[in-house]
Amino acid sequence: MTAWLLLAPSLLFLAAFTYWPVIGVTLRSFTQQRYGQQASWGFDNFRRLAADAHFGHVLTNSVLYAVGTIIPSLALALGFAMALRRPGRLATVLRTVLVMPQLIPLVAAAALFVFVFLPGEGLLDHYLAYFGRHATNWLGSPDLALWAIIAITIWKNTGYYMLFFLAGLAGIPDELIEAARVDGAHGWRRFVDVILPLLGPTFGFVTVIAMVNTLIQIDHIIVMTGGGPSDRTNMILYYIYQQAEQNQDTGLAAAATVLCVGGLLLLSVLSLRALERGIHYES
Amino acid sequence: MKAERVGLLLASFAAILWAAPFAWMAVASVRPGVAGASDIASLWPSGPYSLANFRDAWDSGQFPLWYLNTALLCAGIFAVQAVTVSLAGYAFARVNFRGRETVFVLFLLQLLLPPAVLVVPNLNMITKTGLFDSLAGIGAPYCASAFGVFLMRQTFRSIPRDFEEAARMDGASRLAIIRDVLIPLARPGLAAFAVVSVSSHWNEFLWPLMAVSSPRNQVLTVGLASFTLSSESGGEWGVIAAGTALVAAPLLIGFAIFQRRFVANLVSTGLK
Repeated sequence: MTAWLLLAPSLLFLAAFTYWPVIGVTLRSFTQQRYGQQASWGFDNFRRLAADAHFGHVLTNSVLYAVGTIIPSLALALGFAMALRRPGRLATVLRTVLVMPQLIPLVAAAALFVFVFLPGEGLLDHYLAYFGRHATNWLGSPDLALWAIIAITIWKNTGYYMLFFLAGLAGIPDELIEAARVDGAHGWRRFVDVILPLLGPTFGFVTVIAMVNTLIQIDHIIVMTGGGPSDRTNMILYYIYQQAEQNQDTGLAAAATVLCVGGLLLLSVLSLRALERGIHYES
Repeated sequence: MKAERVGLLLASFAAILWAAPFAWMAVASVRPGVAGASDIASLWPSGPYSLANFRDAWDSGQFPLWYLNTALLCAGIFAVQAVTVSLAGYAFARVNFRGRETVFVLFLLQLLLPPAVLVVPNLNMITKTGLFDSLAGIGAPYCASAFGVFLMRQTFRSIPRDFEEAARMDGASRLAIIRDVLIPLARPGLAAFAVVSVSSHWNEFLWPLMAVSSPRNQVLTVGLASFTLSSESGGEWGVIAAGTALVAAPLLIGFAIFQRRFVANLVSTGLK
């Protein structure tokens, strides 16, 4: 009895803002409203979603965005952690600089990068001009806009992921690495055969965070591109936001949210499995 | 160690790239009237300097209001969270009850479904409950925190039971034990959670954008976005740099002061 009283405040808010919303949005997604008829159950919203060319672009973009940000930022984060894992004044300064983007709002990062990517006079073009490159419309070009958005996300998150790898590396006993050294394993082999397997759980964990991040980090897209040009930077959450706020199409927004929730739960289960395997591997 | 030197050198190059937008923000914000100048992208400070951009940003935006709203929001969310996560954390750490594992999984669900994904149904919910267009409406979905509950559960577990036993002998009630014995001992855990909670809500944008419609309830991030869009068309980059600095400064300064704890807490966000 006592336990339930202690849990009640949390459960009340969870019920109102997690459980019921999931149920409610699922019911809503299967509720269809045809012109001149009463609302009924059915797959209309999902059918409309599948037929929407924008949503096709959204799925492609979301996959590109996820792969394009997760792989480079995890690789860089691991590289930075390896380079900066030993204490030292320079290492401390460099770590701080790399973590700074994590501390500012994504909207503030967007405000800065609007100028970085400004054609001609902006920071990037100003310095690229020294290498003979002409003004580039980074955010306005259908071929480049998504990469510009990806660059911002990598800049923003890599330092944060580095912290997890630093913590993971700190958890590896020096004797293990020393033993490998004594056995004659050289730098790269030591890294691949000893350090990487021991970082398995860290990798699994950071990958989950990174996947959730690519799904929910769309603030810079709202401020900088509005999903354009020609839908090239339109992501699933931005699409949901657009349908709900601009088109007032709650049915479509609900169907997209349900797919999103389902995808998240599936990804979490899969990566938890992978994570467990990583832990088994370790022991 | 040659490899180590090379690593530090490469990381230094990367850090220069990483710092460039911040360096530009710092330089451009103190150079007045650079709109239209050909060297507005220059990272090399050249005068004259003044704080005119900060004044312009301050006057054209509503920074005092945005600061106040954001501070109230973050403080309010954390105040409620501190109660909900402490009570639930205690229940999971110390009380044996039927269905504990099941309820724990139910909490886990919130970790997997960040409120950002549920913006559409949550908007519906705050509209129905009359919280739309209020700071309370922005904060409501965050009042329960599975992450905070896990963190507090771990913290309570690390506290020896002897302290509670002693208090119970003296006839203290369960709530009194939590409030007077456990919470003071669990302060490091709560502090860690405070850092994570405040920094994430300080930085949030999409949900406050959707949950509020009138300017008087806007928070810093939403204000900065509209401010950036209006200054962008006039090419007032120095003013944008100053406005961005005003929004980013509190957390950056906080980071500089509490650096060690901050880094440890960011890491513990997930490892606990």
